[in-house]
Amino acid sequence: MTTPDPAYNFAYLDEQTKRMIRRAILKAVAIPGYQVPFASREMPMPYGWGTGGVQVTAALLGPEDVLKVIDQGADDTTNAVSIRAFFKRTAGVATTERTEEATIIQTRHRIPETPLTAKQILVYQVPIPEPLRFLEPRETETRTMHALQDYGLMHVKLYEDIATHGHIATTYAYPVKVAGRYVTDPSPTPKFDNPKMNRNAALQLFGAGREQRIYAIPPHTEVVSLDFEDHPFSVQTWDRPCELCGATDSFLDEVVMDDQGRRMFVCSDSDHCARRRSARPEAAA
Amino acid sequence: MSLAPGFEDPVLEGQGAFRGVLNAMARPGSVQALAGLPQAPAPLSPVAAAIALTLVDHDTPLWLDPALAASQPLRAWLAFHCGAPVVDSPAASAFALIAEPLAMPPLGSFALGSETYPDRSTTLIVQVQGFHDEGPLLSGPGLAAPRRFGALPLPSDFWVQLRGNRALFPRGVDVLLAAPDSLAALPRSLQVEAD
Repeated sequence: MTTPDPAYNFAYLDEQTKRMIRRAILKAVAIPGYQVPFASREMPMPYGWGTGGVQVTAALLGPEDVLKVIDQGADDTTNAVSIRAFFKRTAGVATTERTEEATIIQTRHRIPETPLTAKQILVYQVPIPEPLRFLEPRETETRTMHALQDYGLMHVKLYEDIATHGHIATTYAYPVKVAGRYVTDPSPTPKFDNPKMNRNAALQLFGAGREQRIYAIPPHTEVVSLDFEDHPFSVQTWDRPCELCGATDSFLDEVVMDDQGRRMFVCSDSDHCARRRSARPEAAA
Repeated sequence: MSLAPGFEDPVLEGQGAFRGVLNAMARPGSVQALAGLPQAPAPLSPVAAAIALTLVDHDTPLWLDPALAASQPLRAWLAFHCGAPVVDSPAASAFALIAEPLAMPPLGSFALGSETYPDRSTTLIVQVQGFHDEGPLLSGPGLAAPRRFGALPLPSDFWVQLRGNRALFPRGVDVLLAAPDSLAALPRSLQVEAD
């Protein structure tokens, strides 16, 4: 831990704001999958850069925490580096790129490949928290639909996928049902990560800054991806391993190598990939 | 009359207390130890006082049970450190502090939220003497496997009331139990096995 910048309160937010966010987090945990409105503050970064996740992390963070931030699985991308630097400066907390060393992991659109433990909290940055929003734009209506568990429209949407494409073509932000009650948006994670949300030992918190919503999935909670008996949920697969570490069980990104059409498939989880490469030095060359 | 202090370090002790409450809420029936406790005027216990300092402020109407409401030094302490409006009706409260659980009003008399806004409900902070593992079997979100949990003292029909609270889901109250140096939580999502 380093000394936080004395120009700021610990972890940037003022204490009244933290109390307000903490109250919202507790209600979110008590009502799994329900989106709790909160008075989202303007943060020193634009919407879309994780202002919701940052506010949740700021309300959680203590001097003993070790923070990891990932953007699309990677620790070394702009968003992840900036948010890590932000909390290093305002809270002086220790940061890490190793999944198992972190107590709080803020993520944009991935769940780490390394299984999480009961001592960890996963904080998601969420752009559109309402899974029904693109089906029904009116907040008054979607709120009533959640109250009545009126989720038929979502099944129609998935059915239309099948009618048009022959399979459920939704590949990210794939809707889930949490604890048998609320249909919830897992944030734009690839559906590859949906099974990891189910009965995860870690607490999962979701913050949407622009949309002013916080929701949660408590540890060991049932999370079911919506599907049909004859079109069961399935995750993406690749016909090749990661070209850097050889992993066959991780989510792969397609990287364009040149303008000759050369492509490379590599792990999106940079920590997972680096660890596997360092364990097998002959493959690193 | 001098006013008792709140947290020694409001920022970090408040953060520590919040993580204790969050862990308790995320893992119902687990006992979370709290350190760095304030000394509030009796009969408010140090753990209940820490929870109040962490979560209660001018945005959250507060209900006090008769034992707490009768203490003028405590009301002055809460007014200074939390600044919450004290309300007469449990149904109008965001938080309720209860020092004498055996005399507490039924759970259904607190704010239960609505089907559209279930979060607009009371969080009860109930002072108890301690916890044990011979109570009813609890299961639900936050629990890897069902576990037995109990606290003393609680009204004889408390667990029946909590089952009724679960039947209202997603409406309902959430309960924080404050023992002398630790706390546990009973969120509304909890399933309580019938005797």
